[in-house]
Amino acid sequence: MDFTNILAAGVASGTVLLFAAIGEIFAERAGVLNLGVEGMMLFGAVVGFSVGVSTGNPWLGVVMAMLAGGLLSLVHAVMTISLRADQVVSGLALTFLGTGLARVLGEGVSSARDVALIPQLTIPVLSRIPLIGEIFFTEQRALVYVGYLLVPLAWYWIGRTRPGLHLRAVGEYPAAADAQGIGVYRLRYAYVFIGGTLAGLAGATITLAISPGWFGDQTVNGRGWIAIGLVIFAQWSPIRAAFGALLFGAILRFILDVQGVDLILGVQNPFLAGRSTTFFLEMLPYLMVILAVVIGSREAARKRVGAPAALGRPYVRGERGA
Amino acid sequence: MTPPAVAPVPALEAHGIVKAFPGIVANDEVDFDLRTGEIHALLGENGAGKSTLMNILAGLYRPDAGEIRLDGVPVVFRSPRDAIMAGLGMVHQHFTLVPSQTVTENILLGLDRPRFRLDLHRSEAEVGRLAGQFGLRVDPRAKIWQLSVGEQQRVEILKMLYRGARILIMDEPTAVLAPQEVEELFRTLRSMTADGRSVVFISHKLSEVLAIADRITVMRRGRVTAAGLVPAETSTTDLARRMVGREALESVARTPQRPGARVLAVRDVAADNDRGLPALRSISLDVAAGEIVGIAAVAGNGQSELAQVITGLRPCSGSVTVGGEEVANRHAGHAIRHGVAHVPEDRTGVGSAPNLSVSDNLIMKRYRDAPVARGWFIDDTAARTLAQELKDEYAIAAPSIDTEARLLSGGNLQRLIFAREIDSGPRLMVAVQPTRGLDVGAIEAVHRVLLARRESGTAILLISEDLDEILALADRVDVMFEGRIAGSFSAETADIQEIGLLMTGGGSEAGQPVETGAVSGASSGGAERPPA
Amino acid sequence: MNLSLEPRTDAPRWFATAMTVAAFVFALTLSGLIIALVGGDPIRSYLHIVGAAFGSVGVISDTLVKATPLILTGLACALAFRMRLWNIGAEGQFLLGAWGASAVVLAPILPAGTPAIVVIPVMMLAGAVAGGLWGFIPGILRARLGVSEIIVTLMLNYVALSWVQFWVFGPWSEGGFQQTDAFPREAWLPRLTDFANAVPALGGLTVHLGLIFGIVAAAIMWVAIERTRWGYEIRLIGDSPAAARYAGIDIKRRIVVVFVISGALAGLGGMSEVSGVVHRLQDHISPGYGFTAIIIAYLARFGPLRVVVASILFGALILAGREIQPQGIPAMIQGVILFSLVGADVLIRYRIRFERRLATA
Repeated sequence: MDFTNILAAGVASGTVLLFAAIGEIFAERAGVLNLGVEGMMLFGAVVGFSVGVSTGNPWLGVVMAMLAGGLLSLVHAVMTISLRADQVVSGLALTFLGTGLARVLGEGVSSARDVALIPQLTIPVLSRIPLIGEIFFTEQRALVYVGYLLVPLAWYWIGRTRPGLHLRAVGEYPAAADAQGIGVYRLRYAYVFIGGTLAGLAGATITLAISPGWFGDQTVNGRGWIAIGLVIFAQWSPIRAAFGALLFGAILRFILDVQGVDLILGVQNPFLAGRSTTFFLEMLPYLMVILAVVIGSREAARKRVGAPAALGRPYVRGERGA
Repeated sequence: MTPPAVAPVPALEAHGIVKAFPGIVANDEVDFDLRTGEIHALLGENGAGKSTLMNILAGLYRPDAGEIRLDGVPVVFRSPRDAIMAGLGMVHQHFTLVPSQTVTENILLGLDRPRFRLDLHRSEAEVGRLAGQFGLRVDPRAKIWQLSVGEQQRVEILKMLYRGARILIMDEPTAVLAPQEVEELFRTLRSMTADGRSVVFISHKLSEVLAIADRITVMRRGRVTAAGLVPAETSTTDLARRMVGREALESVARTPQRPGARVLAVRDVAADNDRGLPALRSISLDVAAGEIVGIAAVAGNGQSELAQVITGLRPCSGSVTVGGEEVANRHAGHAIRHGVAHVPEDRTGVGSAPNLSVSDNLIMKRYRDAPVARGWFIDDTAARTLAQELKDEYAIAAPSIDTEARLLSGGNLQRLIFAREIDSGPRLMVAVQPTRGLDVGAIEAVHRVLLARRESGTAILLISEDLDEILALADRVDVMFEGRIAGSFSAETADIQEIGLLMTGGGSEAGQPVETGAVSGASSGGAERPPA
Repeated sequence: MNLSLEPRTDAPRWFATAMTVAAFVFALTLSGLIIALVGGDPIRSYLHIVGAAFGSVGVISDTLVKATPLILTGLACALAFRMRLWNIGAEGQFLLGAWGASAVVLAPILPAGTPAIVVIPVMMLAGAVAGGLWGFIPGILRARLGVSEIIVTLMLNYVALSWVQFWVFGPWSEGGFQQTDAFPREAWLPRLTDFANAVPALGGLTVHLGLIFGIVAAAIMWVAIERTRWGYEIRLIGDSPAAARYAGIDIKRRIVVVFVISGALAGLGGMSEVSGVVHRLQDHISPGYGFTAIIIAYLARFGPLRVVVASILFGALILAGREIQPQGIPAMIQGVILFSLVGADVLIRYRIRFERRLATA
């Protein structure tokens, strides 16, 4: 068991969580909780994979997956933004819908294995930095590097630009944004859609890059929900989300790798593959999410900051002013 | 005061504006005009249609019929943005500022000018310069939630000036200000008209309107009842008649009364607000049976937290006793059992459950006791009987006791809350902003109910931002500033100027108010002090 | 064009029910279109469902067997949702309940040969306690630390699944298979077919006592919510926590209690499934009952008695849906139904107006 390898693989599988979490951060910063991440990811995963299989072009698959995730998220947008439906229930419904659609579409591709994947790249100079280079810049899938770029981009966009200022206003106090002529509904639609495309991208990252293939519901296996937990842990910050994604990516990778080792520190490995004790390993990421959410919530309570103030609430322009 | 510059074409004109909401015509063929460089007051009681008219002018609502002209040119505003672009800005009664963002960020919100990247340093300097020009004291880098209400209002004004507004609509700007802050606002408004800008000043306070306006337009029930009056040619009685349709506001009679034994004793109470900042710093006060004690304070000086501490909704240090029984730092149920009734500030969010029926809302304080409770069960018949009786007695206008509370008007909802609280047979009633947002009829009803309670021997703590209301009802007035009692007055000795000064932190040296407050709060006011 | 929603003030009592039924019909129609799009025959599919679920006494019995775990998990969700607590963890609580009940036989907590009259109540208790414990965790985290119960309950579903798998694959595995030994007859809930000797017509009917648990629980819950002080408090908290606090109700305690009861109901559902149907603990004991329960609670508009009716409908869908191709169709139909119900909620509360006003002032 080589920790550098685990971290490098953790970076790769963390990319999936990163895309989904940053997508959710955008939607939640705009005031819309979208619990349908799992469904959108699954839908993106199957669309990306089947397009990749049928065209032989993985990048086309990625683009179609993003489009698919985005389109699916619009159902949630219509329900919650225009019709003011409860965001929790609508998000759950989106999970059911996305899962169902993905299974229907996945019927034909479930056996397809032979597919061109997103290429691996080694970054010339950066890969020679000791340790860092090995973990982050050696033979990673191209999408992993997209993830590296997305983090500062999202941070800059939210905190340092005019559209970001508007985004924050819409999520914190939509009435104030509306009064300044900012289209609250328009922006919410836009960021829910962006959240959907990133969830779709996360799905395609699984099937076309990180763990290729379509395995039905098991393809995403709760990672959409982990991403939502990460958002709370990250306190709606893309930078913290990146650290969280890396941590959870490494955990997800670690529980796979640890099963292949006979001895740990000279002791017989109790979690060897095939043993029933491995199920305790499988609990680990989910227990860690609970821990992370507890930490995030405590921190929010202590600092008295936290979720965007208007998160979960539909915006209604004051109708009675008489 | 700047004399109105007589311009051939008004800066802003509205003709035949009609706007209907379900069940109400808010504006019925309304005409209005604003000259360049004038302050034009729009006077009317709550619900007269002032705000609707202004919301139409500012692009927030679209009129059902009518025409708006800007400098003689017809315009159609599809959104507030259109109005702002045309140089017309509105400062709403409820500020629309994002609490987690800074003053400058709020001012930049919605602008096209920094096209993509925000250069906050440069913008902060610009905002600072503009603020200086009109005498608006505010730190461009402060977060909104750190600011007082008066400062937030300045940010709203700055926001409009930064957008180059030539016409400023101020919706009830003085409602949240202390008298001294009102003076400061008036100075700012005059410096703006001197600069060639025009102001619409919405108010229902006659004296203010006479003090600031160049011309006055009065509205009642969606119609204009007087257009373009000049202050010199009118009077408060005349304006009041046009505003309410009768001679003047009926002043409810307050009979002299000797207060009884002490009911509420607050001693050295300190508490934090929701943000963890100190809201109350060593407050002490008493309320006796049959006495109304008014708390006069500008919004955000701890009066809301004081009410929550007494009603058991907020933890604190120190002691709060009702009839000798400690009620602080228990839950609200404990205070309720010891005879504390509470008319909360937030009628729809706290005082009622919007989707439950009138009946369910009326039993909220009685469901634990017979006859509504029968063991673990609720006796449906008893509950409905009680609800029906209260609905009739307090004339709550609702189709039936099964109607959901959210469908009641503000006045009727407040009747429901008073009915429930009085029915619980309280020894102490804490009423917070009991008349805010109500129309004149409902306000009178609330005042009558409070005075009737006083006569029947309930101790009443009245917290209100409406100083006139406090002076009309209270036997004693305690002034609060920054979580301390800054001074105490009996109804006879109350002086509005001095109260105003204390409300804004003037009048005594910093640090001193604690001692004077504690002493005078507990001793002055002519109440007989029972032995502690 | 501008869409505006106005609160409805004059809706008659039947309106909400009618809209819910309409939404259900709408969802089935829409799903039918999707089935047709992916090459299926919707009319035949639906006829097949009706036939396969209600066509004879035998299949009605099978439908009721499928409805039983849905009633108990549906009640679990309906109770929590009533208080606006998003218990998405009925699935995990169901699994823990099944595990707890199995432990009575397999651990074993009671010695072999203990009579059914003792074993069954102890299993019920163990299932409810285990499920209740699984509900207590999100409840206490929410009440004490303000942690989102949505995430915690969801994560605990996965943890519960791994927990059950550990026992099924490990200590309790029957010769390395993914299941435990079959329970002794004393640990079986009585079924109608068990009385076939006395009444031959009951032969083959697998409806078991769990159905009665569900119906009794629904009745008790209805009385508790509609007629008791506690139920009034739950309704008040559900509508406005601030108002409930103002009325002197200890919300945190109610959150924990409701979560524990909710978990116990789902846990009882798990017990009823292992004891009444499967007669052993195994992997994949639930095809997602705890998730379907969310939709059932919604379809029933949180009414306990309506949960029973909705559960039978969904029991039919699950029973017959297994044979519908492609496999994802039932899950998709569930999503469409939930969306339609959410949409119907909007129509119940608001009147929708499309404003087409090009202001030409």
